[in-house]
Amino acid sequence: MSTLLDVEDLEVHFGRQDAPGTIKAVNGLSFSVERGQTLGLVGESGCGKSTTGYAILQLIKPTSGRVLFDGTDLCKLDRRELRRMRRKLQIIFQDAHASLNPRMPIGDLVGEALDIHRLFRGGARRQRIRELLDMVGLSSQLAERYPHELSGGQAQRVAICRALAVEPELIVCDEPVSALDVSIQAQIVNLLQDLQEQLGLTYIFISHDLSVVRHISDRVAVMYLGKIVEMAGKDEIYAAPAHPYTKSLMSAVPVPDPDIEAQRQRVILKGDLPNPADPPSGCRFRTRCPIATDECATIDPPQHPLGNGHWAKCIHLKDA
Amino acid sequence: MSLLQVRNLRTRFATDRGTVNAVNGVSFDLAEGEILGLVGESGSGKSVTALSIMRLVPEPPGHITADSLSFDGRELLALSEAQMREERGSSMAMVFQDPMRSLNPVLTIGRQILEVLHRHQKLDGAAAKRRAIELLETVGIPLAETRLKAYPHQFSGGMRQRVMIAIALSCNPRLLIADEATTALDVTIQAQIIDLVKRLTRDRGTSVIWISHDLGVVAGLCDRVNVMYAGNIVESGPIRELFHRPSHGYTLGLMGSTPRLDGTGGRRLTPIEGMPPSLIDPIPLCPFLPRCRVSVAACQERRPERREFGAGHWATCLADLAS
Repeated sequence: MSTLLDVEDLEVHFGRQDAPGTIKAVNGLSFSVERGQTLGLVGESGCGKSTTGYAILQLIKPTSGRVLFDGTDLCKLDRRELRRMRRKLQIIFQDAHASLNPRMPIGDLVGEALDIHRLFRGGARRQRIRELLDMVGLSSQLAERYPHELSGGQAQRVAICRALAVEPELIVCDEPVSALDVSIQAQIVNLLQDLQEQLGLTYIFISHDLSVVRHISDRVAVMYLGKIVEMAGKDEIYAAPAHPYTKSLMSAVPVPDPDIEAQRQRVILKGDLPNPADPPSGCRFRTRCPIATDECATIDPPQHPLGNGHWAKCIHLKDA
Repeated sequence: MSLLQVRNLRTRFATDRGTVNAVNGVSFDLAEGEILGLVGESGSGKSVTALSIMRLVPEPPGHITADSLSFDGRELLALSEAQMREERGSSMAMVFQDPMRSLNPVLTIGRQILEVLHRHQKLDGAAAKRRAIELLETVGIPLAETRLKAYPHQFSGGMRQRVMIAIALSCNPRLLIADEATTALDVTIQAQIIDLVKRLTRDRGTSVIWISHDLGVVAGLCDRVNVMYAGNIVESGPIRELFHRPSHGYTLGLMGSTPRLDGTGGRRLTPIEGMPPSLIDPIPLCPFLPRCRVSVAACQERRPERREFGAGHWATCLADLAS
């Protein structure tokens, strides 16, 4: 296996540098993603997971840090180089309808992606559009239709189709199934898995839904207030979460089985997310943490290795 | 003794394209202190059922009929709008998905709670304020006295939803309807709200109708579930019965589509193919038939009646799924 994406010390700050009130939405993130794998990025609203996705694609310029895609630092590319690179880096959003131009028929929406990168022309273009629609399970008759005629699931298929049109290697999926009903959600999740298998795609799957993330990911990173607090293989992070935040998050996710639910111990967190413009000193989770001590206010916890590529940032962890 | 009795509830909407049969003959009972889940997908009629019970469906274009819609012995459909307004807020209350849309952005939280206390309980002055603080404390809002002066935008989503619950509870309602009340919230905040609802029903004996598309939330909270599809209840049963022995093709489909945190679902989900039917044209057979994986020959001939599968457990399905 080879590494496709390497993110090093990524920082994204909003507001004037070092002025009071600067929001460090992404604060020193480092991780890598293997080719053909899926990294799940989970956390609650405002933790910085979407900003991370945008910063990787340079849709938001990172404040500092490196984003190595297949060895090339995306942060250093000029506009033209970046545009050429974008063929390999695509994104799909939560609200597919909002990402589709309402005045363009579906065929043109897919064709536009081909045109921008000058990929197929004339008869080959039409043929390719049909192929692409077929790949995402849409009838080629839909090519003449407009976005408002589509259901939510169909619109998301068109968005996936547009991303696939340029034969990308990495797709950032930003809450792609969150707005869909569960039966349709399952259709899209299966489609994403099939496409990954057929085309060797690499995904960064951003979601607040931990059940979906467990289902689709190989590795999972848990974010809290701009930092990754724990990272591990999917089965490990669900079976043996180490960070108190991950533990409470897992315990809060309901499981559709009344017998399991009746026996579960919930770690109910106190209060809400602190103000991101003025995060707590030391460990950022300490204000809601059930096991925080005085030390947590002074030490910014380093990565604590737990074996097997599993690590967490908490000073109260015992060695593995 | 059931607090709420719904018999053959039908709610239709007149549209340019024809009459939409949003709720199409729904019948169920809700007992005192019971938490009833209402699950199903968008357009299945869950919310319209709730709005019809509260008589919050605008008429026209809506039109509600029922053989009986009785709450605490009173026929709701026979009440005047003024009488109905007395019921809402005092004996029955509702919480919606988006608290920002239910709260007035230019009035303080305190004023909005006091308004309800004044309107329904004739409480004013210091007594009303004391009660408002008490309510905010009940729903777990710290520094309640200062918070009364805050505006909705100064609260987080979870706190706003707790304010809505505080307002809903202010008159000790006997029925609380929550329509996707935790859907927009993060899971840790959702866990706080669910904990709160459980505690309230236990302490006060409030009956709850909990509308959700999340089977997990329903499994952990409810005593009984009604599964809705295309304006009908297709399956109903006690929580354990229904989850362990789903007896309708649609319920089975929902469960197969749901990824599970404990990872017991396997590598592939089993989605429900296709889309729900239009509610304009009459549906002569089982409305789920075109999407059903377990249909039998008889499904092509007649519309299924209720079949009993256990105590209080029934489904309108001709396939034998339990065996």
